[in-house]
Amino acid sequence: MQITFELNNETVCLDVDPLRPLLDVLREELGLTGTKRGCGEGECGACAVLVNDRLVNSCLLPVGAVVHGRVMTIEGFRQTGAYQRLAEAFTEAGAVQCGFCTPGMILAAAALLRRNSQPDETEIRAALAGNLCRCTGLNMIVEAVQLAARRGGAPW
Amino acid sequence: MKPPEHTATPGNDIADPVARPDAAAKCAGTARYLADLAVPGMLHARTVRSTRPRARITSRRLPPLPAGFFVVEARDIPGRNRIRMLDDDWPFFAEDIVNHIGEPILLVVGPEAEATAMIASRVIIEYEDLPPILSLDDALAGLAPPLYGEDNCFAEYSFHKGDLPQARRAARQMVKDGFSTGFQEHLYLEPQGVLAVPEAGRLTVYGSMQCPYYVKKAVEQAVGEGRHHVRIVQTVTGGAFGGKEDYPSLLAGQAAVAALKSGRPVRLVLDRTEDIAATTKRHPSRIDFTTFLDENDDLLGMDVDILLDGGAYSGLSSVVLQRAMFAASGVYRVPHLHVHGRVLATNQVPAGAFRGFGAPQAFFAIEMHLENIALRLGLDPLEYKLRHALRRGDRTCTDGLVRGAVRLPEMATRLCEAAGYPAKQAAYTAGQGRYRRGIGLSLCYHGCGFTGQGEELIQGTIALHKRADDAVEIRVAATEMGQGAQTVLPKIVAHSLGIPLDQIHYENPDTDIVPDSGPTVASRTTMIVGGLLREAALDLKRHWQSGRVMDIRRTYHHPPHIHWDQEHFRGDAYPEYAWGVNVVEVEVDLLTGLVRVIKIWAQFDVGAPMDERTLRGQMEGGIAQGLGYALWEKLEVDDGRVQQQRIRDYTIPTFMDMPPVESGSVYNPYEFGPFGAKGAGELTLVGVAPAVAAAVQQAIGCPVDMIPVTPEMILRRIRNRKHAKPDSEIPPESSPRSRSRADT
Ligand code: FES
Repeated sequence: MQITFELNNETVCLDVDPLRPLLDVLREELGLTGTKRGCGEGECGACAVLVNDRLVNSCLLPVGAVVHGRVMTIEGFRQTGAYQRLAEAFTEAGAVQCGFCTPGMILAAAALLRRNSQPDETEIRAALAGNLCRCTGLNMIVEAVQLAARRGGAPW
Repeated sequence: MKPPEHTATPGNDIADPVARPDAAAKCAGTARYLADLAVPGMLHARTVRSTRPRARITSRRLPPLPAGFFVVEARDIPGRNRIRMLDDDWPFFAEDIVNHIGEPILLVVGPEAEATAMIASRVIIEYEDLPPILSLDDALAGLAPPLYGEDNCFAEYSFHKGDLPQARRAARQMVKDGFSTGFQEHLYLEPQGVLAVPEAGRLTVYGSMQCPYYVKKAVEQAVGEGRHHVRIVQTVTGGAFGGKEDYPSLLAGQAAVAALKSGRPVRLVLDRTEDIAATTKRHPSRIDFTTFLDENDDLLGMDVDILLDGGAYSGLSSVVLQRAMFAASGVYRVPHLHVHGRVLATNQVPAGAFRGFGAPQAFFAIEMHLENIALRLGLDPLEYKLRHALRRGDRTCTDGLVRGAVRLPEMATRLCEAAGYPAKQAAYTAGQGRYRRGIGLSLCYHGCGFTGQGEELIQGTIALHKRADDAVEIRVAATEMGQGAQTVLPKIVAHSLGIPLDQIHYENPDTDIVPDSGPTVASRTTMIVGGLLREAALDLKRHWQSGRVMDIRRTYHHPPHIHWDQEHFRGDAYPEYAWGVNVVEVEVDLLTGLVRVIKIWAQFDVGAPMDERTLRGQMEGGIAQGLGYALWEKLEVDDGRVQQQRIRDYTIPTFMDMPPVESGSVYNPYEFGPFGAKGAGELTLVGVAPAVAAAVQQAIGCPVDMIPVTPEMILRRIRNRKHAKPDSEIPPESSPRSRSRADT
């Protein structure tokens, strides 16, 4: 089936099974491997992408569900000023270790800051709660988001 | 000509944090993990696994295989069907017998991943069940035929210090205590995976791993020694924590055989359910103490019995047991000591390496035991612990010398002030109402580097390669798996050479290029590998000739004062020790049994930090894993089957669970470590569980003798309060039970 959606600000048109998870389509059909597969069951957030500005686990989402929607993966988001701010903050705050959670974590932070540019700690924790990280102990990621929010300067 | 004298950070200390060299690619999603690699003509492999804990395979029936699909099994292995580890019992593929649920029987390999998985799900294996050993109790009862050797014991050791029978006779009091701990799953976020690529006469295996040379030796054994040039390349590794120390050897051997059979690249990536069900776990333990106190209530003697559940194959169990045994009496001076340990075989998922490597089990037990003794005596636990803590010049449990300063007292004092420990400790004992607070404290150490004779056996070798453009390449087998090796090791070299950090290059290891500096385990990378790199860098600096290519190699030998007798477990079990203190405050809801962790305070002595931010990452990350181990990470194996098959069933700490952590370190340089560094990676996990358990114990007023401390267990303890007192007999001579127990 022909499926059309906007991916990283460009229109893509694919002939795929609409039930195929978006994650598989991104990684296998389109070679966009920045989105990670940690569990395939919507539990870890490593596969998080933005669909119409909302954070979604792409491993559970059938690609048919994004028809005519806007999908943003780390490959698209890294072109933005908002990404630069977040990547700097993540690096400075020590929020990156093995890095497997990081693209999803950065997109989760972006989704939060887009709707709330000055979140408090509780709001940050709630917004990131669907993303697991086994390396950092998590608090340093919270600090990274706080740092990015404090510095602001980007249209989230 | 000399190198420029200015460093990248003139006047700055090596501890000042620098940007991680790997952060940019990891943020941007351009870092290539194993599953991100695809090569032309690549095939996908899917594992068919045992569904029985112990059985003979009577037949296997394959569905019709479409063109291009094939299977790989034990008989396809051109070399030996044994993974090269410490022992020789673990096959790449089960032969006629399966020994645990999840054990690989064969691979289905084909050009499409989904079709491969579909075919694998339709392979029918028929079994004839054999009597399984499904628990430590089963193993102790010895009713089923042994899985390993005659006695079903992967390893059994004991060692003595002083004269325990004499201590028993002289004792005024005896205290007995027993503790148990559960499995722990690593749950690195990147599942395990490898990609084997055959080329003419060569075989390259890429993979997510800690120990490229372990994998190389395993693959060589699988494909036949000397028949192919085997090359191992580590890919960006998404967390490991010990879980990628042993198991990648198995996966790499399987994929290599599949690649040879087909002549095509074969990728084998586990899905999460397989990874949880089949890869190694932290050893469950039971640890029992019989401790003798003198007339001043001081520790006189201790008899410790350690039992570990090793699962179906021996793997690294014997060394895990040794590390547990060398931690059995904790940070304490015990004049008369006997430690006995065993690892038993069971028909369960094999246990293996996990950050701490036996020490977390032992420290949970000894710290709770000391806590209990102090409380029984009506003494303050911290005071009692510090009274017996090792000091410089004391002898360790194996009669090694404590050479470095032990700064536990000031670390503990500092933390207790920050946490308000004494006041809370006093106030919380008399808690009232539904929500009860508790505060707990633990002291721990971690032996840095391999246990016992390990470093001498491995003789890690490193190389520095100076290019004509005066850039310097670090050539070591040490892997970056998130912990920060690629941050720390280049800093050590840059600071030693006095050249800018961006002139140092350190790629993921490729065994065609790097010598075997040993595995990335045992908190040895900074101290041992970093120490060799510093020596080599200083040598390079002395002979530096700008514009010339230069190569320097160094091989590790213990400093001359280190002596170890492996047969009797006597001497310096480790070249040096790192130390830690943890304080944890909790609030327990007596109605639901739920524990809320209010805050964690921690102080560590890692010698000297090589990068403050990287160290903090190790502290925060290790503490989080320790907290999960203490409270939430329950992995049960019933009838040989891992019950928690998915991430949702196995609770690691989330953003909502993590309390504030206030961590720091003291400067206590180690003479033989680079810039004074000791190890840091494992230490930070080791002491968390006992501090949590002591806090919960205080809050609920009932003994906590097992982890994880689940709400169910808390409610059960509260209900059974009246039965739950630790038993003790005074004096020991009058108790036949204690005598027979102590005589074993
Ligand atoms: S950095 Fe490893 S999982 Fe987050």
